[in-house]
Amino acid sequence: MRKVYLDHAATTPLLPEVREAMLPYLGELFGNPSCLHDWGDAAREALDTAREQVARLIGASAEEIVFTGSGTESNNFAVKGLALAQQGKGKHIIVSSIEHFSVLHSAKTLEKWGFELTEVPVDKHGTVDPDEVRRQIRKDTVLISIMYANGEVGTIQPTQEIARVAKENNIPFHTDAIASIGTIPVDVKELGADVLSLAGNQFYGPKGVGALYIRKGVRIMPLLDGGIQEEGRRAGTENIPAIAGLGKAAELARENMAAHVKHLSRLRNRLLAGLPARIEHMVLTGHPENRLPGNASFCVEFIEGEGMLMLLNSQGVAVTSGSACTSRALKASHVLLAMGLPHALAQGSVLFTFGIDNSEEDVDYVIEVMPPIVERLRQMSPLYAKFSKKGKGGA
Amino acid sequence: MPIYSEKVMEHFMNPRNVGEIENPDGVGEIGNPVCGDMMTFYIKVKDNRLEDVKFKTFGCGAAIAVSSMVSEMAMGKTLDEAREITPKRVADELEGLPKNKFHCSNLGAQALNKAIDDYLEKQAKGGKK
Repeated sequence: MRKVYLDHAATTPLLPEVREAMLPYLGELFGNPSCLHDWGDAAREALDTAREQVARLIGASAEEIVFTGSGTESNNFAVKGLALAQQGKGKHIIVSSIEHFSVLHSAKTLEKWGFELTEVPVDKHGTVDPDEVRRQIRKDTVLISIMYANGEVGTIQPTQEIARVAKENNIPFHTDAIASIGTIPVDVKELGADVLSLAGNQFYGPKGVGALYIRKGVRIMPLLDGGIQEEGRRAGTENIPAIAGLGKAAELARENMAAHVKHLSRLRNRLLAGLPARIEHMVLTGHPENRLPGNASFCVEFIEGEGMLMLLNSQGVAVTSGSACTSRALKASHVLLAMGLPHALAQGSVLFTFGIDNSEEDVDYVIEVMPPIVERLRQMSPLYAKFSKKGKGGA
Repeated sequence: MPIYSEKVMEHFMNPRNVGEIENPDGVGEIGNPVCGDMMTFYIKVKDNRLEDVKFKTFGCGAAIAVSSMVSEMAMGKTLDEAREITPKRVADELEGLPKNKFHCSNLGAQALNKAIDDYLEKQAKGGKK
C-alpha cells in the first residue's frame, strides 16, 4: 500500500545530511562544551557552528541565539521570561486567542502569578488585527506575544505591523515562529521582533531542540537556574547532537528555501483545487491566500475528524484533525472555535501538511481515496441524514 | 501502540447495522456536537423482542464501534434483556475503550434504552402493537 505522510505540522522527518551532522556527537565527540580540554573544545566548536547557522537562517547575530530543549520551552522562556523581567514596570500582557498552548498556557500561568491577560480575537480567517492589538495596549503592558503563522490553519499574521505597534509603544514583542522558521523566509531585523521562537523538528531537524532569538539588549529572566551555559540564559549541559542537527537543518533550509516554498505551494494548491471539487460541503479553514505554503486545512461537514483520520490511515495516509475526539483533552481546537466555527463544523476538521518528500502522486492519491471515506462516514451520520431530509438547500 | 483494541478497530472498519428503519417502533437520540458524539438508534419490536436494530452515529472511532457493538448485542433480545446492556458490558465486549473516551463514546446503551422508552411510551398511548 502507498504510504503518504501529510502531517509535517506535527513533525518532519530527519534529513540524512542532518543525521550525518549529528552522529559524531553521539560517538567519540561526546564532550561537554563547558570543559577546557580537547573533548570540550570539539563540543564547543559544534555549538558555535550551529549558533552561526541558526542565526544566519533568520538574519540574527550568533550571540542573539539561545538553544533550548524544544519549541515549547522557547515559548515558555519567552513569555514568562520577558514578563517577569519587566514586572517592575507593569503586569499586563497581550496574546492572541489562537496561540499555541505553550504560549497561551504560559500566559495563563502568569495570570495566576498576578499578571493581567488580554487575548485579542481573530477574524474568520484566523488573522489578528494590528489595530485591535493597539487598542488593547495599556500603560502597564509589558509584553505582546503574537504568533508569526498558525500551524493548524496556516494563516500568516501581519506580524511586521504588530511588531511596529509594539515598538511605537515601547513594549517587548515576542513571536512564536515555530511553524514558520525553516519553511518560509523570516528576517528578524526586517520583522522588528525582539524575541522569536523556533524549533528543529519543524524543518527536518531533530526533536528535543529549539532556539530563542533574543535581540541584543532585551531583558529576559531565565527559566532554568544552574550553570552559566548559554551566557547564563539557559542552564544545563547542552544537547550537542541535537544542536548540531538543528544547525545543519537551518543551513539546508536556508539554501533550499525558495525551491521548497515553490514545491510545497504547488502540492498544496493541487489539493485545494482537487479535493473540495470532489467533496461537497468541505470548506477551507484559515486565510485563502496568506497561508503557510504546505498547509491545507479543511472542515468537512456532517462528519467527525477522527473517523476520517483513521480511515485515511487505513489507506496509508497520515493526517491530523482539530476535532474534540482526536484531542486527548477531548476539546475541539481552540483555533477553529476562535475563528467562529460552530462546534459541529470544527468536529469535521482535517489537516494536511505537506513536506519536501511529498509528490504530486501523493496529492492525487489523497484526492482518489478521500471522497469514498467521507461518503462512508456521511452514510453513518445522523447529522447528514437530517440535512438530506431537509433538502439540499437547507444547510 | 494503537489507542484502540483490535475489536474496536474491527467494528469501526466494518460496522454492523448502520442505517435507519422505516417506520420504526422506537427512536432514541443522544449526545451533541459540542462533546463530539451523537447517536440515533432505531428499533423494530415484535412479540416483545428487538426484531431489528439500526443506528446512525456522528463521532469518533470508538463511538462508531460502540454503536455497532450495541446493535449486535441487542439484536433479537427481549426488551428486558436489552435493558441489561450497560456501558461497562459494551466496553468489555469491545476488549476495552481508552480511559478518556469511556464516557463520551460509550453512549450506545443509553441511546438504545431511549429507543425502548420511546417504544413503550407509544404503546402506552395506544399504539398499534
